[in-house]
Amino acid sequence: MNLTQFFSQHSSEILQATLEHMWLVGATMLLAVAIGVPLGIVVARRPWLSKPILGSANIAETIPSLALLGFLLPVPWLGDRADRLTITALTLYALLPIIRNTATGIAGVDPAVREAARGMGMTSRQILFQVELPLSISTILAGVRVATVLTIGIATIAAAVGAGGLGEFIFRGLAMVNNQLILAGAIPAAILALGADAALSVMERALRPVR
Amino acid sequence: MSDAANSRPISEAIIEFRGAGYRLPDGQALLSNISFVVQRGETLVLLGRSGAGKTTALRLINRLVDPTEGEVLIDGRRTLDWDPVELRRQVGYVIQEAGLFPHYTVEKNISLVPRLAGWPELQIRTRVQDLLQLVGLDPAIFLRRYPHELSGGQRQRVGVARALAVNPPILLMDEPFGALDPLTRAEVRAEFQEVQRQLQKTIVMVTHDTSEALLLGSRIALMEAGDLKGVYSPQEFLHSKEPVAAAYADQLRKLEGFERGQ
Repeated sequence: MNLTQFFSQHSSEILQATLEHMWLVGATMLLAVAIGVPLGIVVARRPWLSKPILGSANIAETIPSLALLGFLLPVPWLGDRADRLTITALTLYALLPIIRNTATGIAGVDPAVREAARGMGMTSRQILFQVELPLSISTILAGVRVATVLTIGIATIAAAVGAGGLGEFIFRGLAMVNNQLILAGAIPAAILALGADAALSVMERALRPVR
Repeated sequence: MSDAANSRPISEAIIEFRGAGYRLPDGQALLSNISFVVQRGETLVLLGRSGAGKTTALRLINRLVDPTEGEVLIDGRRTLDWDPVELRRQVGYVIQEAGLFPHYTVEKNISLVPRLAGWPELQIRTRVQDLLQLVGLDPAIFLRRYPHELSGGQRQRVGVARALAVNPPILLMDEPFGALDPLTRAEVRAEFQEVQRQLQKTIVMVTHDTSEALLLGSRIALMEAGDLKGVYSPQEFLHSKEPVAAAYADQLRKLEGFERGQ
């Protein structure tokens, strides 16, 4: 049986796994942006908090993914459900690029522009939402793009704790020494990653401030 | 402090520095014990070399920094007693390179403060048109442009229009013409003089260009290393015995000598 036949025969299972995978990644990214962007703003505005925040995110990044899932397993509530556990772990990985790019984007806003904004009587909040964030949006999106691609890859590990997704095929294929099964997980994951990368690149370019 | 600053009636004062100074948190003094008065409707030029404290003095006026000694009064009220946002709406601010918002069109740049102040849309629209005309830019051409589509001189004009948007009685200008080439500078400067003739704002302007100071200033406040050396009328400045002022005047005379071929 060749690969094409295998894919068409198992198309509904592959689609199912792909959708699970997208749900894990989508939920993770929503959470990571909701946490990462505000943390990035804090890092940019309160330099004394930048070391602890970036340091923690850095440490999370260095823990091997399988080990992180293992650490989180005994945590009450989190460990109760596989998808909860996975999304939490994935979020921890996704945070660093988002925090860092948000902080970099805001720090990169021309000081003259910020000075002018303050001098015009804009409040700190108005400067953030009307000047700093719009001007750093493409840098922030670049961080989201890196984090998304990273997450799509790491999310295959989720199958190890039973959260489903494309990792199911990969783990099963490894266990059965079946390359077609491994590819049934790996190819859609790669396509997802490339697709997300392309879509977010387009957004990033469209939102890049003119200069 | 010069006699010129003291001889006018206090009632006209709109800005007053009373022994004001500013020290960085690390103790370095950028400005110490400065006292002078700016009269309503005059153009006071802060002249001095880089690092003399001119910009710091300017930033004390709109509370971008607060004095660490003495006080600054605007309309007889200490800046510390003003709400910063309310104060800054009374004080237009023009900086070198204009500091326009690169993601906003000329129209949005100019209309931002009136919008924040809650002006009605129709009034904002006419105001923006009037201001562009005032600074010599055709609204039909420039309203929809972005700052990166403008020349340096045009950007600076938009910067002036933006600072004038809510019609503040005071205008602060930090080297407004510093980034322009000499010919454009002369042009924008002349236009600015015309605007000033029409509007009669109180202006405090920072420059390190002596001829600009003499040309635009009704009085010149000479600063050096965080100190105020004196406040002079242009005539007094040219004939002052104060060593720093004399050095500036001397520099200018050399240029004139060069022009006459001496």
